[in-house]
This record gives sequence, structure tokens and C-alpha cells, in this order.
Amino acid sequence: MGDTARNPVTWLGSPAFPTAAKTALADDQLRRNLKHATGLIRTKRAGAVAELPDWEQLRLSGEAIKDDVLANLDTYLLRFEESVAARGGTVHWARDAAEANEIVLRLAREAGADEVVKIKSMATMEIGLNEALQAGGVTPIETDLAELIVQLGNDRPSHILVPAIHRNRTEIRDIFKAAMPGTEDLTDEPVELAAAARAFLRRKFLSAKVAVSGANFGVAETGSVVVVESEGNGRMCLTLPETLITVMGIEKLVPTWQDLEVFLQLLPRSSTAERMNPYTSVWTGVTPGDGPRDFHLVLVDNGRTDTLASTVGRQALRCIRCSACLNVCPVYERTGGQAYGSVYPGPIGAILAPQLGGDMHDKHAASLPFASSLCGACFEVCPVRIDIPSVLVHLRAKAVEAKPKYSPEAIGMAAMSWVMAGPRRFRAAQRLAVAGRLLSRGGRIRGLPFPGSKWTDSRDLPAPAKESFSAWWKRTRG
Amino acid sequence: MGDSRDVILARIRGALGDRPDPRPVPREYQRTRDFPSVLDLFAERVADYRAIVHRVTDPVELIRSALAGKRVAVASDAPPEWLVPEVTWLREPLTNADLDACDGVLTGCAVGIAETGTIVLDGGVAQGRRALTLLPDYHLCVVRADQVVGTVPEALARLEPTRPLTFVSGPSATSDIEMDRVEGVHGPRTLEVLIVSQ
Repeated sequence: MGDTARNPVTWLGSPAFPTAAKTALADDQLRRNLKHATGLIRTKRAGAVAELPDWEQLRLSGEAIKDDVLANLDTYLLRFEESVAARGGTVHWARDAAEANEIVLRLAREAGADEVVKIKSMATMEIGLNEALQAGGVTPIETDLAELIVQLGNDRPSHILVPAIHRNRTEIRDIFKAAMPGTEDLTDEPVELAAAARAFLRRKFLSAKVAVSGANFGVAETGSVVVVESEGNGRMCLTLPETLITVMGIEKLVPTWQDLEVFLQLLPRSSTAERMNPYTSVWTGVTPGDGPRDFHLVLVDNGRTDTLASTVGRQALRCIRCSACLNVCPVYERTGGQAYGSVYPGPIGAILAPQLGGDMHDKHAASLPFASSLCGACFEVCPVRIDIPSVLVHLRAKAVEAKPKYSPEAIGMAAMSWVMAGPRRFRAAQRLAVAGRLLSRGGRIRGLPFPGSKWTDSRDLPAPAKESFSAWWKRTRG
Repeated sequence: MGDSRDVILARIRGALGDRPDPRPVPREYQRTRDFPSVLDLFAERVADYRAIVHRVTDPVELIRSALAGKRVAVASDAPPEWLVPEVTWLREPLTNADLDACDGVLTGCAVGIAETGTIVLDGGVAQGRRALTLLPDYHLCVVRADQVVGTVPEALARLEPTRPLTFVSGPSATSDIEMDRVEGVHGPRTLEVLIVSQ
């Protein structure tokens, strides 16, 4: 496989963000579901964070630990590999999605499995593992409740933590009734829905030979791997099958066991807004008499080293996938995750997907850094202090650079710099802008004539002020 | 795939051409906290997850009343005084089918964390392998007062990272339906905790 293999981090054929957002904005049910869920989690997160007097100190440590990992990534990866191997695990390295998928498929076949149970994992979703397994004759079974809802509904995920956040309980009941035998009388009570998933998956857990997981953290010093979850489906997958295959991005390390004390506080409070998630599993290689006999760890690059090369953009690799930035983002709350056309939606997705994809000539990827109002709420909540707005601005510049010279933005920017370069031209433009008020209703301009329509198709524009600042200054102080 | 390993390591070294300066990691956060009563806090926070919590001086009476007449799995090194005759005890070796069909499991633990209401199992004395506390629908866990610490950093310092560890905070739950926590998916749907102090 060459370096030209398409990176599946964005979905093939996705429209650029403004087009997808327009469709999403017209879906009232979607907007109600999202408003309800994100509103609930925002309030809960604020409470969970306020409980810790040293939250800001934990964030500073989390940021610095992850920066240390990135600055010495080669050293820590080699240490991790050695520790995993010393405890009986086998480490594999994959340059890209295609290579990672080949490795997992080969291992599953060697273990004699025609189906594998899976723990929710962003890394396996990013590389398109399910599709690759299916194509290779191995059926992947998602066991996380939300992933199951997405899989049974032939749907796409819309959130990092809760992939089915765009569905309410009634929609979930309808999906289950259509896909699970014996659920004719199912109600939309969450407890009943959870019980239906329990009954549906229990036999799968007891019979599966192979499980596939992601990893929240890998500890370089000890070779330990950490998976954080809620339902116990993760524990089932990590404990019952004879073979465990873990797919992990190369940036998911922490240097020492002690460093986990920071992240096991930052992650649950940022993601599900709990003091601690119900279950966290830690394992190191294989333990005779307890859990799988074979443990394979697949370390995946898939665009991470390219991202690491950018001094501004590399901070995105600090991300611990908590999804707090999605829940506070005003753009995400209105469009939902699917509009981003990527495995990673929301503010973090807008900086991660284009960097992992690595191609700003791709119209869809290049549209993502513009899916933000730069309000800064994402940075405020980020447990590892990723300055998402700065990276967005940096990527916007890259996107404009990659565009042909005569794109609307390039023409607009060139015209603007010509106008602003001369005081007389600038004043004339201001007088012209006052005429813009004639186009507005209630202080908003909803549609400009071409080429301005390129801007107002997907957003309103505030009407220009009645009087320019310099005119006002002249009149009142001049 | 020695080849890909070399390629990735070379890519990393290339990407870090600037070799960013190693900044010292600030550790200003609190590793311990001044809680008025660690045990009270532990009991309160475990109960917050809708687990059932008891404070006792001797666990045997509660084991009897909670488990009498039931078929309950137990680790092979469970303290003999726990094994009251009113209960049918299932001892290893047990199959997954045995564990799936039993009424519950009784274990000890390695560490309790007060601030987060968490119990940590490490496969040590009276805990058994991981499947033991996973397949049964009911888990009764005995926590000794001297096993409870205040904070997450204190807990990690007590644990041996290379043992298989399970951090349990309340019964199995999900936040996947409208982001609201509901109890009871794949792990034990009922968690009952006995805190034993003199």
C-alpha cells in the first residue's frame, strides 16, 4: 500500500460543511434531541468540575504530560513496546488505515473467528475497521449501546462519546423493535432499552473467540493499557474471549503509572460529567488464568506523524477524546455531528480530521476549520487545554492557501486589502456599506446578491451600522 | 512488520525536527485532600451511584441476610468466616455458564476511593479472576476501613499496575440514551457494599 491510500477519517462523498449544515438545520427533531442532550451534559459537567478545587492545576499537568509524550514520542513508543512484549503481548505497527485493517483481519482469521465482539473505539472507526472486517468475511459486532443503536439503525455516528446522541428514546425503541427478535412489547423506558441490549448481546459475549478494543491510555513505563467505559461491555470483551486485539493511536501514551492519576480525574468529569465512570479496566500483557491468552496491540500512525510535524497543529494530538468541546459548541448543538462528515465531529474534529486527512485540496476537509464561530468555549472546557480556536485559524489559512487564486474568499480578501490600503477608498466603502442597511430586516442581512451570496447562503450578516465609527467620532468629538 | 516500525519511528523523528524543549511537568494539583471523614465520604459517594451501602463492624450477619438461600460464586481464597451454611457456595473452577447462571458473587477488594466512590479489584485475596465479578447480575463487595483512601492519586500509589485491575464505580450503567445515566447494562445490575470498621 502506498502513502496515497485514502484516509477514511472523513466519509467518502461528504458534502462540504455548509451544505450538510443546511440539511441538518432543517431537521427539527434532530435539533430538539441535541439541545436536550447537550444542555443536560453541560450543566452536569460544570457541577462535576466545580467539585475539584485543583481542576486548573490538573489541566496544566495534563497538558504538559501530553506535550512531553509528543516531544519524545519515539522514545516512549519504544519503551511501551518493550514493556508490552515483556509481559507476553505482541506489538504490531501500522503506517496507515489499510495496514492496520490487514493486521486485525489476519489476526482474527488466525484465531479462527468468523465474528468479533467490539468495544467502542474511535481508532477503529477512524480506520474503517468494520467495513474491512466485513469485506474479509469476519462480522464485527458493536457492543456499546450507542454503537449498537447506530449499527442496527444503519446509521452514522454523530458524537465522539455518545454516537447516537441524535436519537431520542422513542427512535431507539423503534430501531430495537425492528432489529431484535422478541421485542414487540418494548417501551421507550431507558432501563428497558438497556435490558434489551443486555439480553441481545449476552450470548455473543459468551461465544466470541476474538475481541477488538481501542485504548484510552497506554503506560510506557509498565506496558499497561487502560479502557474507560460504563456498561460493562468493555469488561466482557477484555475478559472473556481468548484473543484480544487492541488498536491504539501512537499518541495515546502517558509516560508513567503515576501520570494516570491526572487523566483518571480529567477524563470522566469532562466526558460523562461523573466523578468516575462505572468501569475502568487496566491490563498488562497477559495474565495466566485471568482473561485472554493472546494479546495483540496494533500501533497506528494514520496521519498522526504528519500532524506532529505542524508546530501549531500538533497540540490536537493531546486530545483524550472526552467530547466536552462538542457539548459546549454552539455550532455543534445546531448542526449535529453528522454534518461534519467525519468520524471526529465538533470543534476537535474540525482540527483533527483535516490534519489526519492531510489534504487541504479536498473541499470537504478544507471546509471543516470554518465550522466554528471562534467563540472559544471549546478551549475553556478542554481538559488538556488544546487551543482549538488558534488551530482553526491556522488551518483556515492553510485552506485558503490551497484554494485556486480566483475563489470567492481570495477575491474578497484581495478586494478588502485594496480598499483598506487607502483612506479615501475606505471612507467611500463605508458610505456604500450604509446602503447595505436597505437589504436588511431587523438588523440582519439574510441574502446578499452574488458574489456576496456565497457568504450569506449559510449565514446571516449583521447589517452595517447607520454611521461609521470615524463619522461618529468626527461628529461627536471632531 | 519491522518495516513499518522503522518507517513510523523515522517519520516521528522527522516531524520533531524542532525537538521541542522538554518543559518540566507542573504538579501543583493536590495528591491528598483534607476530608473530615474518608469513610463517611466513601459511603456517601458509593451510594450516590445508587449502590446499596451498609456500615458494619462484622460482615457475617449481613452476608447471611443478603445471600441466604442463594447460589453465590466466591473466590477460592475467601475468608472461611464469610462462608455461612445458609448459602450454596460455588467455588472455582467455574465455567462462564456457571457464572452466568448463579445468583451473585461475593468478593473483597484491593482499594476504595472515597472522593469518587470507587472500588478497585486487583485479583488479589478474596477477589478471584475478572470474570467472577462480571457475569453474575449481583455483586456483594466487602471493603475494610483500612482499604479506603481519599483520592485517586492515593489509590494509584497503592496499586500494582501490572495486575489486572478493575475500577468499579456503582453498578453497570449507560449514558447513551439522551446522556442521562441509567443503571444496568452488561455488568452486575446490583452492587451492594459492606464497609467494615471497628
